[in-house]
Amino acid sequence: MFSFLLRRLGAGVVLVFIVTFLTFVLTYGADIPVARNILGPSATEADVALLNEQLGLDRPVLEQYWSWLTSAFAGDLGRSYFTSEPVAAAMSSRLPVTMSVVIVACVLTLVISCALGVASAVRGGVLDSILQGISTVAYVFPAIVLGIIMVYVFAITLQWVPAIGYVSLADSPGLWLASVALPALVLAIHGIAALASQIRGSLIDELNKEYVRTLRSRGFSERSIVLKHALRNAASAGLTVFSLQFITLFGASLFIEKIFALPGYGTYTYNSVVQGDLPAMMGVTLFSVLLVVVVNLLVDIANGWVNPKARVA
Amino acid sequence: MTIPGPDVISAPQAERHRRRHGAFRRLLRKPLGLSALVVLVGVVVLGLLEPVLSTHAPMSSDLAYTNASLGTPGWPLGGDQFGRDIWARVLGSINVSVISAVIGAGVGVVIGTVFGLIAGYVGRRTDAITSWVFNLLIAFPSLVLVIVLYPVVGSSYQGMMAIFGLFLSTGIFRLVRNLVITVRNELYVDAARVSGLSNLRIVGRHVLFAVRGPIIIATAFLASSAIGVQAGLAFLGFGSTQIPSFGAMVNDAFLNLYRDPVQLVWPAGFLALLTGSLVILGNSYRDVLAAPQDTVRSRRRTQEAIVTRDVPNEDAQPPMAGALLSVRGLRVRYPHVDGSFKEVVRGVSLDVQSGEMVGLVGESGSGKTQTAFSILGLLPKEGRVAADAMELLGESLLDKDARAMRAVRRHLVSYIPQEPMANLDPAFTVGSQLVEGLRGRMSRREAVDEVKGLLARVGIPDPERTFRSYPYQISGGMAQRVLIAGAVASKPKLLIADEPTTALDVTVQAEILDLLRDLQEESGMGVLLVTHNFGVVADLCDRVAVMRSGEIVETGEVRTIFHRPSHPYTQELIGSILDEESVREDDIAEPRPDMVSTKEQP
Repeated sequence: MFSFLLRRLGAGVVLVFIVTFLTFVLTYGADIPVARNILGPSATEADVALLNEQLGLDRPVLEQYWSWLTSAFAGDLGRSYFTSEPVAAAMSSRLPVTMSVVIVACVLTLVISCALGVASAVRGGVLDSILQGISTVAYVFPAIVLGIIMVYVFAITLQWVPAIGYVSLADSPGLWLASVALPALVLAIHGIAALASQIRGSLIDELNKEYVRTLRSRGFSERSIVLKHALRNAASAGLTVFSLQFITLFGASLFIEKIFALPGYGTYTYNSVVQGDLPAMMGVTLFSVLLVVVVNLLVDIANGWVNPKARVA
Repeated sequence: MTIPGPDVISAPQAERHRRRHGAFRRLLRKPLGLSALVVLVGVVVLGLLEPVLSTHAPMSSDLAYTNASLGTPGWPLGGDQFGRDIWARVLGSINVSVISAVIGAGVGVVIGTVFGLIAGYVGRRTDAITSWVFNLLIAFPSLVLVIVLYPVVGSSYQGMMAIFGLFLSTGIFRLVRNLVITVRNELYVDAARVSGLSNLRIVGRHVLFAVRGPIIIATAFLASSAIGVQAGLAFLGFGSTQIPSFGAMVNDAFLNLYRDPVQLVWPAGFLALLTGSLVILGNSYRDVLAAPQDTVRSRRRTQEAIVTRDVPNEDAQPPMAGALLSVRGLRVRYPHVDGSFKEVVRGVSLDVQSGEMVGLVGESGSGKTQTAFSILGLLPKEGRVAADAMELLGESLLDKDARAMRAVRRHLVSYIPQEPMANLDPAFTVGSQLVEGLRGRMSRREAVDEVKGLLARVGIPDPERTFRSYPYQISGGMAQRVLIAGAVASKPKLLIADEPTTALDVTVQAEILDLLRDLQEESGMGVLLVTHNFGVVADLCDRVAVMRSGEIVETGEVRTIFHRPSHPYTQELIGSILDEESVREDDIAEPRPDMVSTKEQP
């Protein structure tokens, strides 16, 4: 198990290098007129050239990547071209917003998917229909449409929750929950659609296996057979789907934060991309890929726990 | 931008490809599938007719018609806040969506399929390299994707969709690769290879043919995702503002939400119609492929088969008094789609006394396993069980509900299965699953000691180690001993063993049979031994019932029947013992490769 995790960690480090390198080459190599954008159309060519030199943008791309990489290792992600705010500080101030929404969405996804997936695998009937309904809604309405509909219904018409904005957990837990409830719900519906049907499907597969019949032949209770034995064997596939969903939900913050005007990671990414703020873009890239690596590692650990064979793989 | 995973589709569907004949026609017979197809075609045609149906260009604005209301002449859906014709923009957006779907899904399917076929078919190393690259794509965070995409492709949505197609291909790649690996090992592909077909022909003709169903389903999901991604990017404002798009329309309506919420309905509605019809079409096609055509799948979710007691007819024999198990007129049926039933057990009667070993012998498909599971109450829920009588220790099993049958299995009847490795829960140690069976009758510590003692009793050399082992860590012979220990742990009155040695090495077979005989003599339990091998019966059993096509054709003392079989089928079975032995000899000379790796523990 330990050497397996070490290998996965090694693969993760390789991934970080490849993704940051590709992004760096593609963005810095894309000839975005950064200095011109910063100085505005009235600046002279000489000023533009000078700023290019100051920012180091006149150097070869590989050399620039090397200097970015070495300072990133030291914890310095550079400063925004436009606000001069350190990228690392800007990201850490925006992270709680996005993470609040994503984590609440993931908890909702996990809890509801397990309950609904197990119940509809065992009982079927109405629960099957509810699950089908959620999946259909999620697949028919993209997150942007669903988000706006929710804003219109719950925030504008019913006025149950504020339409936009974010209140931090430390300031007021109640208002915090109200501000993340709708965006988290929109994300969770898409997560549940994927995860609950996965759990339902693998659980039905497991319950049809021979070892379940043998456990029944020894008079085991249905509760133990479903919740302890079959669910644990079905969990592997669910975990993989869950990790993919986590990454997807994180990416969807780009849309969600625009709709709900949340000052989080998605809006930061959006602004930096539109402005061509290269250091900020690299900061976002680095954090995203680190997150992917960490989530995959956690899933590997969880997988090792539920699936003894994975421990020696 | 949730991307519906095509991994919901499982590999076994590949096996059903031969039954797919006319799947498309059956899809059209499903109301949901047909209506989804009609909606999809209708919306696409609307887009194609754009020059005829709208009088304005999607981008031209006329400030006189700013926020014009519904039904304004020439502006059927009104105008938006910039005075643009919403109807014209809807039609234009349909075309952009359709092109996005074609590019995104097209690139995704072609790349995913081609590399999936290569990775699955060519060999280990190619597979490892290709899979590594595609895993990289899966791990590529979508936020980063937007960052990379925007400067590279700029405002061209077609270019953006082509790159997204590459990333969407990961799902198809995994699907095709896994299916191909399954199919590659099937006999007909081997046969094609032996008959000298080139790899390209084999991949094209046989492998691609087998995996095409799941690919079609995944394509529908991909097209839907591509439309969603394009709309999402346009919603954010990535891409040219000169291209009409549902995303841009949703954004306009969102900014205008307080003033005129109805404007959201059109882009959201048509977007939903497009993506929804694609997903429902994909789902319906999957249902059509997955649905068995010959037997009904039960909608009931209770785990037990329906059991009924027959109205006793005149010539029904009464159950034998004092017998451990007495079955009269047992019938097992399975429903067909057309409402008829297939009867697999047709009026079986048999008795087992305490301390007696009864063989139930017959070829595969004769209904002997169905008979065994009826007694245990473990038939699949589609099954229908009926009998004149089925008594255990004088109590009727026909009247017992699920809970009572569970108590019977817990205390009175036990079962030893055929495939040892498939019958242990792979996620738990051998010890913990045996101990759980004893919980409720003794303390945990006592149960642990009891299980270790049982493991030693069934001939496991190192019980402590096996107790801690997971099923995959022990050999098939060891696993069967574990299952025997699990079966006798409850000190049952009746043990039902279903082909307990068929899956085992020939040397292990004899040991397992000896063990069964010893355990039976020690405990005085009755044993019903289900087997196809008359040799095993002759060796072990006191009495035998010979079964064929769901009926018992001959029953009596083993010695009598072995020397003077009256039914021709019994004669055949006895005659085949010699053949069987010679076949088994070959097995020793050349052990199966999967048996070599799992050696018996020293």
